[in-house]
Amino acid sequence: MSKVTSMHDAVATAVDDGDSLYLAGFTHLIPFAAGHEIIRQGRTDLELIRATPDLIYDQLIAAGCARKVTFSWAGNPGVGSLPAFRRAAEDGYPTEIELEEYTHFGMIAALEAGASNLPFMPLRGFIGSDLPEHNDNIARVESPFDDDYVYAVAPIEPDVAVIRAQRADEDGNAHLWGIQGEVKLAALAADTVILSVEEQCSEETIRSDPNRTVITADEVDHVVVEPYGSHPSYAQGYYGRDNEAYLSWAETAADRETVEEWLDEWVYGVDDRREYVEQLGTERILDLEPETAYATPVNMGEYR
Amino acid sequence: MTTDETETTTETDTERAYTNSELMVVAAARELESDDSVLVGIGKPNLACNVAKRTHAPELRMVYESGTIGSNPKTPLLSIGDPGLAAGALSIEPMRNGFNYYLQAGRLDVGFLGGAQIDRHGNINSTVIGDYDDPVVRLPGSGGACEIACHVDRTMIITPHTERRFPEEVDFITSPGYVGGREGRAELGLDGGPEAVITDLGVYRFNDDGELYVDSLHPSATRDDIQSKTGWEIEFADDLQQTPEPTDEELRLIREVLDPEELYTDQAE
Repeated sequence: MSKVTSMHDAVATAVDDGDSLYLAGFTHLIPFAAGHEIIRQGRTDLELIRATPDLIYDQLIAAGCARKVTFSWAGNPGVGSLPAFRRAAEDGYPTEIELEEYTHFGMIAALEAGASNLPFMPLRGFIGSDLPEHNDNIARVESPFDDDYVYAVAPIEPDVAVIRAQRADEDGNAHLWGIQGEVKLAALAADTVILSVEEQCSEETIRSDPNRTVITADEVDHVVVEPYGSHPSYAQGYYGRDNEAYLSWAETAADRETVEEWLDEWVYGVDDRREYVEQLGTERILDLEPETAYATPVNMGEYR
Repeated sequence: MTTDETETTTETDTERAYTNSELMVVAAARELESDDSVLVGIGKPNLACNVAKRTHAPELRMVYESGTIGSNPKTPLLSIGDPGLAAGALSIEPMRNGFNYYLQAGRLDVGFLGGAQIDRHGNINSTVIGDYDDPVVRLPGSGGACEIACHVDRTMIITPHTERRFPEEVDFITSPGYVGGREGRAELGLDGGPEAVITDLGVYRFNDDGELYVDSLHPSATRDDIQSKTGWEIEFADDLQQTPEPTDEELRLIREVLDPEELYTDQAE
């Protein structure tokens, strides 16, 4: 059964005020279009969970959607800091935010606990660090078998995860290639999953290369087909990162007024991702296009 | 000026004086060995690894936090998850596998870190300046840094030596160095530890007690430059060396191949 819908309807159905939310993707395939739709629909009191909050959570924070940020590295990758995150963390503007902080490994382990239905996940992490003193969901535990020890993290189980992939069929069986990040864990740990893709494909295409499947339809509630839905981050093989957007965010977000002007122009001022892409313009989009480089096909064999 | 005159007066690109940024990259590259597996960061660490791979360490294996193994990036990287790290890699692991099976399990030899504060024992703070619950400056946080500092054999710290960056004790330990000295680190069950700190003034190492000392001075730096920006009385090696200058080939690689736009090695740094 087709789950294909618009981002507007997916967000309207799946995301409520006060929800915990994981927009997945480590640098790659970040669900920017979903984040913008959540801002447009005026969701508030969200717990924003993401290893790397990136510009998308800075924008959600600047728009006043957040009450809490759960994270492991809150910077602008390759550029510097996240100005809106810092204003909220340091000055409580525009909202006070509670922070729940991990290391990348700790954060991913907590997602795995959530995805695996376990009460905690052990890891050799946080050793010698001050982080466990400031997060009640990190605890030292002794080995039941010898005198070794590890740290444990409690499960992270978001109400909603939004994940992106390059392509999926109408039911939500999805192919992802390139950096996989925490996409699968986030989807498996969450109650409700919105899957957004660059393009729709047939089930036959999915079945032709099952090793490339990141998530199957059982785990997916809504499918949104949205080209350029990860801009200004990237989609392997489709477009590169729009570095100008990452660089200029440092200036845009440094000031409360310019960040509101930016939200007016690029989020509130457009109806959907299509209008956003039209506003970006052809030239900017074409500049992000990589040369073509196909992987060598594999022979799965036909067994009769 | 005629065209001919222009051509004869143009210097080749390696004749320009090297910058301290370039010296830092080269000093870091020389720490690497050919059979090392390195967890690479963007910026100077990535340049250092690529210089090493193209000179004395051709077998160097480059692994990135984003899960790419054996990456062979052709252009300067914009972020730790750059698509150029994925295209042409030997393998791409989900984030969980990279941290779990590779870093935690001890499969990586070297990791590169930076930080807002580095202290006498090589502990790194990239979390907050001031009080955790009421920070003066909220920094990005650990990312992968804490577990890199826990699990690689040799941590390399690359950072400019600015005022206040080297206090006697960091405000917050994000990533452990020799916590409580070398013995303290061993008692926590951690092997390895910080190997070198490479700044724009010199290369520093750690003595038998796990305390930072200056091993070599860059040609443009003095002892006083370092001491005046360090929050405790820092030791200098008895046989204090001068950091070897970059070779023409190393400079050519940085300027023509690896960072032609001077994203990470500009004159200002």
